[in-house]
Amino acid sequence: MERVAIIGASMTQFGQREGEWVMDLLAEAGIDCLEDSGVDAADVEHLYVSNMASGEFEGQTGVPNALAHDLDAMPAYTQRVDQTSSSGGAGIFAAWQSVASGASDMTLLVGGEKMTHKTTGEATDVIASLTHPVEYKTGVTLPSFAGLTARHYLERFDAPRDSLAKVAVKNHKNGVDNPHAQFRKEIDEETALESPIVADPLRLYDFCPITDGSAALMLCPEDVAQEYTDNYVVISGIDGATDTHVVHEREDPTVMGGVVESGKGAYEMSGYGPDDIDVAELHDMFTILEFLQMEGLGFAEQGEAWKLVEEGYTERDTGELPINTSGGLKSKGHPLGASGVAQGVEIYEQLVGEAGPRQVDADVGLCCNVGGFGNCVITTIMEAAQ
Amino acid sequence: MTMEATRYEDGSISYPGHPRGPGGSEPVETIDLSEYSAEVITWTTSMATPPGVREPNTLVIVEFDVEGESVRAIGQATTDEIETGDEVEPVYVDELREPGAGIREPESQDWDGYRFEPV
Repeated sequence: MERVAIIGASMTQFGQREGEWVMDLLAEAGIDCLEDSGVDAADVEHLYVSNMASGEFEGQTGVPNALAHDLDAMPAYTQRVDQTSSSGGAGIFAAWQSVASGASDMTLLVGGEKMTHKTTGEATDVIASLTHPVEYKTGVTLPSFAGLTARHYLERFDAPRDSLAKVAVKNHKNGVDNPHAQFRKEIDEETALESPIVADPLRLYDFCPITDGSAALMLCPEDVAQEYTDNYVVISGIDGATDTHVVHEREDPTVMGGVVESGKGAYEMSGYGPDDIDVAELHDMFTILEFLQMEGLGFAEQGEAWKLVEEGYTERDTGELPINTSGGLKSKGHPLGASGVAQGVEIYEQLVGEAGPRQVDADVGLCCNVGGFGNCVITTIMEAAQ
Repeated sequence: MTMEATRYEDGSISYPGHPRGPGGSEPVETIDLSEYSAEVITWTTSMATPPGVREPNTLVIVEFDVEGESVRAIGQATTDEIETGDEVEPVYVDELREPGAGIREPESQDWDGYRFEPV
């Protein structure tokens, strides 16, 4: 099996991109990634597009082929990867498979979504359409699942409500230094705790925004990477897993089985364990998810992640394990199909030393991309080549 | 109308039912949960609801005890005066949300069901 390297990365400005649609965003990130990696479009053999719902959001389907044309990357093989909010992570897995298997010597992955032209209710409904009919007819949304789970977590583990606000404060602070983030504004705990209730006990600042944006990565075999650069990243472990489609059927509402299982697989493939991870991007679509992933990935015992956050363990500049140095989905934004790719972009930039003011000392990084409410999860571990 | 759960060969019960249960066990019978009361495991009140959904929308996850076998369900509550640990019972409603107002094809599923009311 080929060792798979990442030799280039890009992301567009995340936020409200008025007048620009999914193809514009995908093309922008794709062109930037080609330039960043120094790869000619004609040399791209596989082109993967991570996207959840361009058909539902704007009536545009067939985006991979359209992107191949826009980038002049024909006759590259193209494929759309939809795994709801984890489409980006699933795209990294698909792109990794294409290179590791020997099927492609140069694979471009572009993730993107256009969402902000819809109302919050409409966008929330598109996302909630992933639910089972018995869930959907109750009007449940992904934020509602977060509220249900957060209440259970706080009550069961006697965790203070403030600990969730600390996640929001940390990630907003990190986002200030990310020029592509949707929100580059610090908040304080009081602001988070007094913001409007969205899904009790969670409030506005416990949730990521609705976002337009795109991100891209260039993958190839390690021996090919060395023809382009000596400063690249290797994917040392990657795995994906699922949990129940119906969320209430999980034996323990505070355990995301997909996180646990994909984490196990990625650790096993890489030979690394939780203690070896220097920096992590977790899927903080809701603040409570940062706790659940920290615990599922072995960074904290069950019911204890909130204590580490309170102790500053996950702070960027002073913590032992900086989490969401990019600002996370919370601050950077969450264009569904792009988010998992953008997590990979952040870890890539950290490992090659291109994270600017966000830079931490890291040789090994992890990203965890969650689809649905933990329904499907991809965990990726990367390491610096040097 | 029933609130139909499924029992599998291994004795476990799920709501909703699936073509296969834990360990690949096959369904053996259905159980009407509307005849049972349940305990609230957790709850939330959603203030930002999708098209066709009441606002605010208080939701609960409840746990039934069916002859010693537990089975959970999600549903709307009849009131926002609800707490974890409350005992609730299912109350039939002929339309939980407005069919066709959201993205899902109205004919693809049913829209009636049960809300949970504190006993």
